[in-house]
Amino acid sequence: MNWKDRLAGRVEELLRQRIRARQARQAAATAGTDPMSGQMQPPRPMSGPVLYYTETLIDHFANPRHVGEMAPDEADGYAVIGDPSCGDQMKLWIRVQDGRIADIRFRSFGCPGAIATSSMATELACGKTVEEALALTDDDVIAALGGIPENKRHCSLLGINALHAAIRDYLAKAAANALAAGERAPESR
Amino acid sequence: MIYLDYNATTPLADSVLEAMIPYLAEQFGNPSSYYQLGRAARAAVEQARQTAAAAVGAQAGEIVFTSGGTESDNLALRGVLGARGDRCRHLIVSAVEHHAVLRTAQALQRDGIAVTYVPVGATGQVDPDDVRRALRPDTALVSIMAANNETGVLQPLAAISAITRAAGVPLHTDAVQAVGKVPVAVDAWGVDLLTCTAHKIYGPKGAGLLYVRPGTPLVPVLTGGHQEQGLRGGTENVAGIVGLGAALQEAAVHLPDEASRLQALHDRLERGLEKLDGVVIHGAAAPRIANTTYASFAGIDGESVILHLDLRGICAATGSACTTADPEPSHVLLAMGVEPRLAQGAVRFSLGRDTSAAAIDEVLAALAEIVPRLRRVSSTT
Repeated sequence: MNWKDRLAGRVEELLRQRIRARQARQAAATAGTDPMSGQMQPPRPMSGPVLYYTETLIDHFANPRHVGEMAPDEADGYAVIGDPSCGDQMKLWIRVQDGRIADIRFRSFGCPGAIATSSMATELACGKTVEEALALTDDDVIAALGGIPENKRHCSLLGINALHAAIRDYLAKAAANALAAGERAPESR
Repeated sequence: MIYLDYNATTPLADSVLEAMIPYLAEQFGNPSSYYQLGRAARAAVEQARQTAAAAVGAQAGEIVFTSGGTESDNLALRGVLGARGDRCRHLIVSAVEHHAVLRTAQALQRDGIAVTYVPVGATGQVDPDDVRRALRPDTALVSIMAANNETGVLQPLAAISAITRAAGVPLHTDAVQAVGKVPVAVDAWGVDLLTCTAHKIYGPKGAGLLYVRPGTPLVPVLTGGHQEQGLRGGTENVAGIVGLGAALQEAAVHLPDEASRLQALHDRLERGLEKLDGVVIHGAAAPRIANTTYASFAGIDGESVILHLDLRGICAATGSACTTADPEPSHVLLAMGVEPRLAQGAVRFSLGRDTSAAAIDEVLAALAEIVPRLRRVSSTT
């Protein structure tokens, strides 16, 4: 067969497939089920004009860890920060026990990148000493998520900046308390 | 999968594909060729031109085939500004135009053209009086879209053209989202140039047209061969042009039934959305095309909603996802005075030929679960 017949054959087969699929859909609609429905595969991790997220990032977006708030008497440190360029906002609370982050809670307004990086930042910080948590960077968050699209990198700063701000809030309060108690301030770094 | 993004693109209709097949296979001739094979391709292109012209209420000789909406918009803006020369170097566009017009206007601005961006009110509509006030003695062209791609809001073209005609200034409209959804007639709207593309009306990607009223000053953007009356060089995309003609013909046949069917589904969707707390439907106070709903969910980012929908096999769109290069929310909503954080939450649902009532109900059920879930994470609720 020459190319013309092959192409015409392929297209005719395509048409037949479409007609069969439409008939199946119509039959299913009458029966009340849709064979087209079902879970889609998650997007593949890569970057480009379309945003592709890793499965880990999608998991942290769909099931964010440590979501919630702490009452003022429960929290040892608190911060609210925002990215005015895109309207993202994050609130983060920490409870510190024996120099370690014993509990951490956050709430975040933002895109999937902002929510997932916030969730991962809390996951990485929980259980770490204050010094270890201060040493975490947005690169650590991105690495733990298996990467983030290049044009979403700015989102990854939100979680880590809120974490560091809440720790600084804790350290400032601890220093003030220590001063008030007439003792030496705890080593802040 | 539930596809609710027909304003982005549409699947090829079977009848359109069928019409195109010969021109993808044995009818491969160049329409400019002398012999029978070329004449057959020419005949197909001219047949499509007549069909397309009839679909927009024009004559065949007034249709220039292009590669799609973006090229048609570029030809209209650059072509008229180029033809008017040094004496007319002022352009008027609305603030809510598609980027194909807006970015072209900005590029012309960098080349020394003065551009006035006419605002829209809270409803999303241009006030024709604002166009009147923006007109200058050196205005070369006014370009106002027919229906907005994000909100679906229709612009008062007849009222605007009454003003531009009195001033003797040509009026271009990007009707990419209006064709197939509302009756389109270049004389009823009073437009001198009109952009249309095939892939929004169940035709192929890469084929579009620009209607040009006789006497409108226009120079080509793509110089080359004598094709398209010298206004667009390049061998014709024969299969694409045939597909565009077939799609326009079918759209005209389906329009009356399809518009009322989509209106009912659209109302079902919006009534359902209103039952969720904190939902704002943008442009609802203005006349809109029957298939488009653009909604914001207070306290939630739009991209977060569409990713959750995507994980459930539902395809919808945001006005614009927040990215490092472009963190701003939709320019259309900002122009309508929508608060930036609410604008960031906008999600567009655009319905089409395969949308069913069951699909709308499934989307509403998914949103009833997704919206409270995202609000529990949100720091602003």
